[in-house]
Amino acid sequence: MEHPTSGHANTGHVNSRHGLRSYLIGFVLAVILTAVPFYVVMTHALPPQSTMVVIGVTAILQILVHLRFFLHLNFTSTPKENLLAIVFAAVLIFIMVGGSFWIMFDLHQRMAV
Amino acid sequence: MSVMAPTTGHESEAAETHEQRAFGFWLYLMGDAVIFALLFATYVIMVNNTAGGPAGKALFSLPNAAIETALLLVSSTTFGFASLCSKTGNRGGVLAWLLLTFVLGAGFVFLEIREFVGMIAQGAGPDRSGFLSAFFTLVGTHGVHVSMGLVWILIMSGQVMLKGLSVPVTSRLFRLGLFWHFLDIAWVGIFSIVYLPGLL
Amino acid sequence: MFGRLTIEALPLYSAIAAGGAAVTIGGALLVAIAITWLGAWRYLWTEWFTSVDHKRIGVMYIVLALIMLLRGFVDAIMMRAQQAMALNSGGYLPPEHFDQIFSSHGTIMIFFMAMPFMTGLINIVVPLQIGTRDVAFPFLNSLSLWLTAAGAGLVMVSLVIGKFSTAGWTGYPPYSGVEANPGVGVDYWIWAILISGVGSTLSGINFIVTILKRRAPGMILMRMTPFTWTALCASVLMAFAFPALTVACGLLALDRTFGMHFFTNAHGGNMMNYPNLFWIWGHPEVYILILPAFGVFSEVVATFSKKRLFGYESLVYATAAIAILSFTVWLHHFFTMGSSPNVNAFFGITTMIIAVPTGVKVFNWLLTMYRGRIDFHPSMMWTIGFMVTFVIGGMTGVLLAIPSADFLMHNTTFLVAHFHNMIIPGVLFGYLAGYMYWFPKAFGFALDRKWGLASFWCWMIGFYLAFMPLYILGFKGMPRRMEQYNDPSWQPYLMVAAVGAFVVLLGIACMVMQLYVSIRNARKTIDVSGDPFDGRTLEWATSSPPPAYNFAVLPEIRDREPFLDMKERGTAYQRPAAYQDIHMPKNSMVGVAMGAFAFAFGFAVIWHIWWLVAACGLAMWVAMIMRSSDDDSEFTISAAEVKQIEDARYRALASQAGSRS
Repeated sequence: MEHPTSGHANTGHVNSRHGLRSYLIGFVLAVILTAVPFYVVMTHALPPQSTMVVIGVTAILQILVHLRFFLHLNFTSTPKENLLAIVFAAVLIFIMVGGSFWIMFDLHQRMAV
Repeated sequence: MSVMAPTTGHESEAAETHEQRAFGFWLYLMGDAVIFALLFATYVIMVNNTAGGPAGKALFSLPNAAIETALLLVSSTTFGFASLCSKTGNRGGVLAWLLLTFVLGAGFVFLEIREFVGMIAQGAGPDRSGFLSAFFTLVGTHGVHVSMGLVWILIMSGQVMLKGLSVPVTSRLFRLGLFWHFLDIAWVGIFSIVYLPGLL
Repeated sequence: MFGRLTIEALPLYSAIAAGGAAVTIGGALLVAIAITWLGAWRYLWTEWFTSVDHKRIGVMYIVLALIMLLRGFVDAIMMRAQQAMALNSGGYLPPEHFDQIFSSHGTIMIFFMAMPFMTGLINIVVPLQIGTRDVAFPFLNSLSLWLTAAGAGLVMVSLVIGKFSTAGWTGYPPYSGVEANPGVGVDYWIWAILISGVGSTLSGINFIVTILKRRAPGMILMRMTPFTWTALCASVLMAFAFPALTVACGLLALDRTFGMHFFTNAHGGNMMNYPNLFWIWGHPEVYILILPAFGVFSEVVATFSKKRLFGYESLVYATAAIAILSFTVWLHHFFTMGSSPNVNAFFGITTMIIAVPTGVKVFNWLLTMYRGRIDFHPSMMWTIGFMVTFVIGGMTGVLLAIPSADFLMHNTTFLVAHFHNMIIPGVLFGYLAGYMYWFPKAFGFALDRKWGLASFWCWMIGFYLAFMPLYILGFKGMPRRMEQYNDPSWQPYLMVAAVGAFVVLLGIACMVMQLYVSIRNARKTIDVSGDPFDGRTLEWATSSPPPAYNFAVLPEIRDREPFLDMKERGTAYQRPAAYQDIHMPKNSMVGVAMGAFAFAFGFAVIWHIWWLVAACGLAMWVAMIMRSSDDDSEFTISAAEVKQIEDARYRALASQAGSRS
């Protein structure tokens, strides 16, 4: 019996070089996306506001890199339900965290807590 | 048992079982993501609640955070290599890369424990202020997850040695991989929201 | 050695508390003695406790729910009696005891009555309705049950050892923090919830995977039954909302146990974050409870109107809309905490919007009944009673959704009336309807109709008597949770409410009678066909009870009402050409063991018995590792065995048909 592939319903073949490339590209991208914010913070190269933007953008990009190159999430071979689950989780997290920030910072201003 | 054709034979049943378990585990990770998200939110809400005690600036170490980040990122990659070996049936390769992943992960946990002990010794423990409670809980929860992952790596190494790369074993390795990569994603959040802004 | 557990933990300080403990211990002993006398321990262990069969697990969930309904109702009647008497007097309950009672009432009814009742019904019915053999993760199913039982066990033990929380079922700090409440009560509450919460989260995941991945061939999503749809949406809510509860209670536990400062008064705590986190879970929770009840009503209304459900698509979309919107309204539970008008207005508007899809559903149910041939089975009566009464509660909800109005009515008995007006006719009537509808399927004999109707009328009348006065009292300014009061104009209403509680007690007594009479008459009411109500959905195609594997051959689905479709085509009860071996999951004692360890773990944390905490923690880990390393968890039912079982069924069907002609 052929060895099972990682849970992708449709991938019938396994090209290990393909897989290796995915991890290596992901690693290199992640290193860059990590080095940039660390460097900016370490050297205070930018004003605080801009630094936060750099941190935020590189973080989001790096998360996407991890999802794509380490977790192999994509629109073709990932089961539909898994994509739906992560999109739904993302929406909920946005609502819960965003809502919490709005509520708690508003309360902070009015109630001084 | 699926929306596709009725099942015949053990193989398609095994593949379906694997798919269902992978999906179920993915759903668990999404729930875990909600837990982390709310811990992150709580941290941000409380980041200035230092109660006259030390803030991040005084406590965090950029080099330490950088090393921890490197350890975890490399360990994610080495786990990826273990996954590749698992797909090609390379038992020795799986064990070697799992071992390396374990060492890197253990290094991460060691550094984190050292950081926590140091902070507590300075009087900056989780019971000092709201900010510190939030810090220790957020980062500590991640650290506990990584430690559980280390235990799981040991167990899987044992299973690979004893049972070889059978279907159930590789299916479990796949889920461990989901877990391990997820934890690296959570860490990206941690250095981006806790350490880097704290040291601005 | 025993942490902070001492002999003082026994409730010898009060006659009432001692009475409660005595009843608890006495009840448990009675049950144990009865089982021993019947020689049924081995049977219970092998056929029920260690079972991973969704039908058995579902029944056990419902048994738990019904027992806890009795327990929670005792709390209710004690409160109603107290409030009826306590005008300018202390009544018979001291304040601290009264506070424990309202706290345990809410905690039990939500976590240990409604949740298990719902989980039990979904467990029994959904796999049958979607044409599969079991849920996706049968062992996890068993684990969820026993974790829930462990949580319930902690609440029950608090009656005998120590005290329960006095901080309400929501446990707001700083009152629930260790400074104001250093005793064990709040800890009992926290750990009962955290442990059973893990069970609920796992159930949610289990049902999502089951429904999305294990449907019979041909059952596309839009051919699923309405109950399955609501189960799916509720399961999604369970999987994603319970993590928020884990965080809220977990952080409170960290504050209490390790002296942290998430919600403390001093040292940088932010206690307002607790209601925020709690209700991020709390609001979806009430939709977790109500959606499957709506699903039951959809099934019942179609079957007992002998008519196809009206507006299936709009019901599905309404359910999905409710599920998503339920995450956007949570601030309405704390309008008065001090947010600015914009914030309050936003959540007030979302709260009003979420009422709309439910309105759509009510029209769908009414239009299903219209021009149907109504059979006034008790389940249908529960449904009609629900439709009338729930709408009233819904309207008071829209009223409360206006922040400025809520400022007047928050934490008054108006609010208490509102949420009971949603939960009792909505959730409870729904699950009772489901219980009386699917009982014959689960057990193979009928539930007595007469006693079912009597129970319904008592609940209906009792509900109105018990809660309508509370609306008026809320307008008159009476706060909730009052142990005594000094406004004489309130007392008549409270006396009516107490009468209502006693009428409900009659309703519960009728339910007990119903069970007794039905079991006594079981032999005369045996359901051979498996289809006592001329059902339209797949679960009615199986025998009652179904065989362990549910379906010998998985059916092909062509219609939204597959069994009716089969009956019309003449393919119902058709013998298959051949049978095949069926792989089934083995029973496992690990679920029971984990539940026991979880109970002991919770107890140990509460009483600060740290060595026991470590031991139980380790034991749970070891059990989990052993179970997940187990590759030999299935057994095979041979095709010959399957044929034997199926042949017996066909013989029974034939003899029934023969005796009818």
